[in-house]
Amino acid sequence: MTDYLLLLVGTVLVNNFVLVKFLGLCPFMGVSSRTETAIGMSFATTFVMTLASLLSYIVNSYILAPLGLEYLTTMTFILVIAVVVQFTEMVVHKTSANLYRLLGIFLPLITTNCAVLGVALLNLYEQHNFFESIIYGFGAAVGFSLVLIMFSAMREKLANADVPAPFKGSAIAMITAGLMSLAFMGFTGLVKF
Amino acid sequence: MESVIERIKRGSFSQFHGGIHPPEQKFLTCSKPIASAQIPEQLIIPIRQHIGQAGNVMVKVGDKVLKGQILSDCDSPMSVPIHAPTSGTITAIKSMAIPHPSGLSEACIILTPDGEDTWKQRHICPDFHSLSKTQILEKIANAGISGMGGAGFPTQVKVSTLAKIDYLIINAAECEPYITADDLLLQEHSPTILDGIKILDHLLTPKNILIGIEENKTKAISALKKATADIDHIDVCVIPTKYPSGGEKQLIQILTGQEVPSGVLPSSLGIVMQNVATCFAIADAVINDTPLIKRVVTVSGQALEKPQNIWALIGTPVGFLTDQCGYKNSQNRHLIMGGPMMGFSLPHDQVPVIKTTNCILAPSEIEIASPFSSTSSKEVECIRCGQCADVCPAQLLPQELLWSAKAKDQAQLAKLNLFDCIECGACAYVCPSQIPLVHYYRVAKAEIRQQKLLDIKAEKAKVRFEARKQRLEREKVARVEKHKKAAEARKARMNTDTSAAKSEKSAVADALARVKAKKAQASLKQNTAEGSVTSTVEMTAESVVPVAPVDESKSQVANAIARAKAKKIAQKNQAQIESLDTLQNNESLSSSQAAPVVIDKKAKVDVAIAKAKANENKPQAETISDSPNAQVDATTKALPLEIVNLASDSDDKATQALNKKAKVAAAIAKAKAKAKAKTAANLAAETSFDRAEPSTTPANIDVMQDSNTAAQADIAATKKARVAAVVAKAKAKKLAASSNKSTTSE
Amino acid sequence: MNTIIAILVLGVLAALFGALLGFASVRFKVQGDPLAEQLDALLPQTQCGQCGYPGCKPYAEAVANGEAINKCAPGGEDTIKKIADLMGVEVQPLDENHEADNSPKVAFIIEEDCIGCTKCIQACPVDAIIGTTKQMHTIIADECTGCDLCVAPCPVDCIEMISVATTTQNWQWDLDSIPVVQIN
Repeated sequence: MTDYLLLLVGTVLVNNFVLVKFLGLCPFMGVSSRTETAIGMSFATTFVMTLASLLSYIVNSYILAPLGLEYLTTMTFILVIAVVVQFTEMVVHKTSANLYRLLGIFLPLITTNCAVLGVALLNLYEQHNFFESIIYGFGAAVGFSLVLIMFSAMREKLANADVPAPFKGSAIAMITAGLMSLAFMGFTGLVKF
Repeated sequence: MESVIERIKRGSFSQFHGGIHPPEQKFLTCSKPIASAQIPEQLIIPIRQHIGQAGNVMVKVGDKVLKGQILSDCDSPMSVPIHAPTSGTITAIKSMAIPHPSGLSEACIILTPDGEDTWKQRHICPDFHSLSKTQILEKIANAGISGMGGAGFPTQVKVSTLAKIDYLIINAAECEPYITADDLLLQEHSPTILDGIKILDHLLTPKNILIGIEENKTKAISALKKATADIDHIDVCVIPTKYPSGGEKQLIQILTGQEVPSGVLPSSLGIVMQNVATCFAIADAVINDTPLIKRVVTVSGQALEKPQNIWALIGTPVGFLTDQCGYKNSQNRHLIMGGPMMGFSLPHDQVPVIKTTNCILAPSEIEIASPFSSTSSKEVECIRCGQCADVCPAQLLPQELLWSAKAKDQAQLAKLNLFDCIECGACAYVCPSQIPLVHYYRVAKAEIRQQKLLDIKAEKAKVRFEARKQRLEREKVARVEKHKKAAEARKARMNTDTSAAKSEKSAVADALARVKAKKAQASLKQNTAEGSVTSTVEMTAESVVPVAPVDESKSQVANAIARAKAKKIAQKNQAQIESLDTLQNNESLSSSQAAPVVIDKKAKVDVAIAKAKANENKPQAETISDSPNAQVDATTKALPLEIVNLASDSDDKATQALNKKAKVAAAIAKAKAKAKAKTAANLAAETSFDRAEPSTTPANIDVMQDSNTAAQADIAATKKARVAAVVAKAKAKKLAASSNKSTTSE
Repeated sequence: MNTIIAILVLGVLAALFGALLGFASVRFKVQGDPLAEQLDALLPQTQCGQCGYPGCKPYAEAVANGEAINKCAPGGEDTIKKIADLMGVEVQPLDENHEADNSPKVAFIIEEDCIGCTKCIQACPVDAIIGTTKQMHTIIADECTGCDLCVAPCPVDCIEMISVATTTQNWQWDLDSIPVVQIN
């Protein structure tokens, strides 16, 4: 049990996908201009990542591994992720048209979100079991959401603040992201594997 | 648990968040007696001096009014009447600059005093207990009392609340650094104020009455304490001096410890607050039958030689008061209405004192720099010190508000509760970057209000647009329905074996036969002995057929014939009888038969109907209108047809030839008439006369004659010319339209 | 053999997922477009037709289906910005074909010139003109959206568009507030 908890905390804070592993930077910069959108994106990504890591584990250990087709993992995982994302997109479109509009192109782009494929592949390399895979996927998603929402809140304030002209827009956002990354380095050593 | 009253009796008060201690300047005026009212040369009385709608003006220019006479009445609960502050003559009712930060103008009544100060008939009522509550409320409403603390909320609305009142709070805090008007009023008139409080007590029956007064007004406190010593449930609460403890919500919090939630009126918490000056006005109105026509105004500032409090008549120009106090004529004349914290700069000194004016500030340049002078402080960037949030009495986040206001982020502003800002100016006062925060909030508030109005308007427009669309749709459906019904009725009639149906059938058959015959004739191109009418008709038909569909040409032919017939009848020749004979056959026109005397008129009407029907291009109308015409064709062979021809010809030709000229002439005439109306130059009119001369239509002659007379007559006549021009233009348009039609038919 | 198995496995997986998506697309089908409603709420509802559509609602529907967002002249830059926010697209400047002057206006009939032709009444999209044949017409100023549509049909050019005057009710603060300084 402790192992699972440690894995969760470790994934959320210590090995944060965005700020430490630098995965999923595209939506991190893209949909963080408004908190509302960021929260929507967080939910969508959490759903996709958890489901993708679960499905990819099943596909890998019950289909690919017994048949000796490990060399097809990347391809299969992409297939799995694409399906999950498409499914999520349909659900979001049905349940919240506004969020669907706000997320815009970034919703289908979760497919190409490296964090999602990263989770699936890392699960494989770290040889996680079924539950570990789910927790790892969920933890990575929570870490991503946490950082995304915090970042979007900061960007909302920055939007109205009197930032010096050369730093306006993406520039100050990048600096902020860098500072956040520095801050997250402080978590190193919190969990010993 | 200690009750609120016990706590207050112990002298312990709660605190509101924030607040500031601006330097006290009350010593300038607080020890001098109130100077009595003097009558200026002219009083400017704005019709709207409070929150709500303006009343209806009841006097007109030239009226003599007595002191206290009502000038505008109130028909809605949110409007407040105004009264004549002295006796005199109404010399004008016009737009004048009013005391508003915008310096904009609104309707004002200008009263020139006669200096006699004659009162209207008054009914002194020494014992208000003899009056019913409704009578007292009526008296308050008729006296035109609105809150005198600053907002100007109609008092009768506030005191006629039906809520159960726990606390009546009398606001004597007067926290603005310069103002001493309420202080002096308490010092000199505390018995009258107490009467006012008793009246309010009688009306509202609160459990307790609390008088909130800041500790720096020692004389006023002692006067009050003396006056209220023998009354149990009135407590004089001496509260620590802090700005803005005079704010309604702040004073309630200090005294009762209750925080008034956002968007809630104090009365729903069982609390009503009144200003001391309002209490004085109530007492004056109920007991002395004196409407609100004067008030105490603090005229202060270091630019004055003798700053003091003055009884000022409502409508007194500010300049009159400052002169009375010895205004040093400095270079930068800068006057502020209201206190330094919440007041606004005045555009000039002819702005009148109104019911909510408690202070006129004439500061020296060192004291408060004029916003227009070079020494006025410059705003720099926010340094995020957070002092504004510390002093905000409404517990808002001023710098967040500032950024959102600058970014015009209305959603964010609403989230930050911008509308709870009382605009006290504490944040701007402490700001080390000299940012006029309140200014930004006021701008943002105005924008949001404007946006709301626009939204409401847009919503209304949308509803109206939808309603119109529906109406048009309905009308369309109804029209289609009507046509369908008419068609069915016709069918039914035709099927039944009546004489009417027969005649209709025969009419249709006739029409068909006629069309066939015409076609044959047209192809032959023969001018037989049938007569010129038929031939003309044929020619017309011939020329139209290739251009327009058969239906149209038919109707136009019918039209032309109908017109010809009308002319003919007017000429009273023999054709009258002949055509009458033909008409007899036709059911739809049979009514003309009944009264031979009015044949002429009736026939004309019928022709007009036929014409209208023909114009509509409806198959049914065509058959009907065609049938008499077909008969006409047949029967008018032997008639003196030249006349008809001539008439119709001349009609068409005249129209054609003249419509363009008429149009041009009319346009010129109109333009000239307009120019003339402005300059009254005879020459221009004469030119127009000359130019219009060649045209010969009656319309043009009208115009020329009219414009000519106008040119020679004085300005009063120019209007006539304009009307005539418009008529001429319209006529010209009509002519143009009809000539177009005739062109097509030829 | 291995290759065939690989192809088979992937094929089966793809077919399975395809079936799932097919089911989802039926199950989560979206009816109607709430976007058009939202866009309609942002438009100024002048019903002026300057965008080329007969009214604000049709334009909102067109925008939802990909029409340019910069055709609303009465709304001006503000409206374009709001639409851009809602649609998640870039803000564009107002279409050049449209006049940029979107200050609030209201139609006014010069009454002595009016001939009572009712043409303007038929043109008004919000029924803000009262009058009947051969009688003088007048405009209900409160209902007028300032759309300009009644000006062209008037045969005697007696309709003018006048700017809405600033009153204390709709005045926007633009003065500097009083600078308060410490007095020693």
